[in-house]
Amino acid sequence: MGLSLQDRAMLAGECGLAAQMAMRILERMRPIVGAQSFLDISAAHIDSALFQGDATLAYAERLAALGAQVVVPTTLNVSGVDEHGWRAWAVPPDWADKARRQMAAYQSMGCKPTWTCAPYQESQRPSLGDQVAWGESSAVVFANSVLGARTERYPDLMDICAAITGRVPAAGLHLDANRAGQVLLTLRGIPPALQASESFYGVLGHFVGKAVARRIPVIQGLEVCPTEDQLKALGAAAASSGAVALFHIVGVTPEARTESAALQGRRPLAEITVTLDKLRAARKELSTITGAALDLVVLGSPHFSLTEFQALVPLVEGHRRHPDVQFLITASRVVKAMAARAGYLAAIKQFGGTITVDTCILTTPMLPRSVKMLMTNSAKYAYYAPGLLGAQIVYGDLKDCVRSAICGHIVRDNTLWKS
Amino acid sequence: MEVIIQGRSLVPGTAEGIALVGTEPLSFWGGYDQHTGEIIDRRHALSGKNARHRILAIPGTRGSSTTTAVLLEAVHRGTAPAALLTVGADTFLSLAAIVADELFGSVLPVVALSQHDFALMKSGQHISIQPDGQVLIAD
Repeated sequence: MGLSLQDRAMLAGECGLAAQMAMRILERMRPIVGAQSFLDISAAHIDSALFQGDATLAYAERLAALGAQVVVPTTLNVSGVDEHGWRAWAVPPDWADKARRQMAAYQSMGCKPTWTCAPYQESQRPSLGDQVAWGESSAVVFANSVLGARTERYPDLMDICAAITGRVPAAGLHLDANRAGQVLLTLRGIPPALQASESFYGVLGHFVGKAVARRIPVIQGLEVCPTEDQLKALGAAAASSGAVALFHIVGVTPEARTESAALQGRRPLAEITVTLDKLRAARKELSTITGAALDLVVLGSPHFSLTEFQALVPLVEGHRRHPDVQFLITASRVVKAMAARAGYLAAIKQFGGTITVDTCILTTPMLPRSVKMLMTNSAKYAYYAPGLLGAQIVYGDLKDCVRSAICGHIVRDNTLWKS
Repeated sequence: MEVIIQGRSLVPGTAEGIALVGTEPLSFWGGYDQHTGEIIDRRHALSGKNARHRILAIPGTRGSSTTTAVLLEAVHRGTAPAALLTVGADTFLSLAAIVADELFGSVLPVVALSQHDFALMKSGQHISIQPDGQVLIAD
């Protein structure tokens, strides 16, 4: 136990000033997270490149000026601006300049310019048991829960320290014993048709995050096998309303072959029954709009996947959005290019849809003030838009979103949510 | 009446100010306006309250990993709380305070308390914090 020779060398400045600063920050964090030592990581995903103001830019440029280089394969999360497309929106030029400087600083450290909150949809994925350091709450929960890789919920500013040193404190979800489920949630009386529907997962995630806060949930009683997009939606929602970094679904996720495996043979700290009534209440919380007025439909938080593009095409084909409602998809450069190659983008363009890459409506000031009434199929957008944008929002499924964009006002099919 | 409690100093420093106490976790990203110090999570019980230069006591953070960046910006702009008190160690808030020290030499004390001690505090009380994690609460 204790620090390795390499850790000490970094702290002593023998591996350069950037590695020294990064290791010093990690060493100050080590007792706070309760670690005795550090362990190696095989990859990193960096949220720190997201421009938030002069301080995050100063941090990036300080590390870059000190000669920082990452020592493991490292992808980049969303940035503060769509590097090449920002002029089409209301982004102030000063913001764009600084955000692009911050992007350049992280690229100079050897990070891959993926600019996406869903790197698992395009880059090489970590495998079951791999130790990694990921930032971005929705990506962390996906890596831990769906892939079975091991990462703590790394905050901005720390993820890059891990990538520069290749080390993280040996604590938290990196260790077997800390990955046991703690709260057992049992679905009861939820119709299978609802369980199979897209909007169910954002609502379930929102409920779970609020119910468990920072504990690890084990969900049992699911009668359908959710898709990866649905698991992505569940995790992102639970990581917004709570601090969920790992969930287990019995019979679905890799560390939850059985209930006992998910709980590592222990008794749960708490048990919660998830009823239709509780989920209806959670669904209600995701919407702040009561009327029908609509300015913008926005999809893609976490970033839209290729299968989501595929599902969208038949819904928009042959239709045109209402002239008063904008239709926006946020995605990564790579997935947009894949969607273009698959022939999905023509129908979206004819529908009047636009695609923003590198960033999202929450992380760049792209929306003009006139855009006040939003609709989305993302529980994460629904959760954060009121606070971050001062906008109102309604949560629906993909079909609701497309129909509303065509009609020019909010329409939701509530059939599945009635008993 | 004065109460002295002993917390665990995560990021040491001295601070004093008026307490702003919340009983639910907060994401600073989407929840804290770095320009003003206002709590802007409209689903949070402290929504609309201003935490600038206050002793902000919350159980911890939740949600976005950008919370640290927002708090760092707030320290840089002078809109951060004077100190942070949490239930148990909160790594996000501690990290932001450590980087603020590394980058700007700014002092933002972070102290972890037990659930029992945390419950002794109320908004509006005068609180002072010592580098060893001692917290003095005065009505």
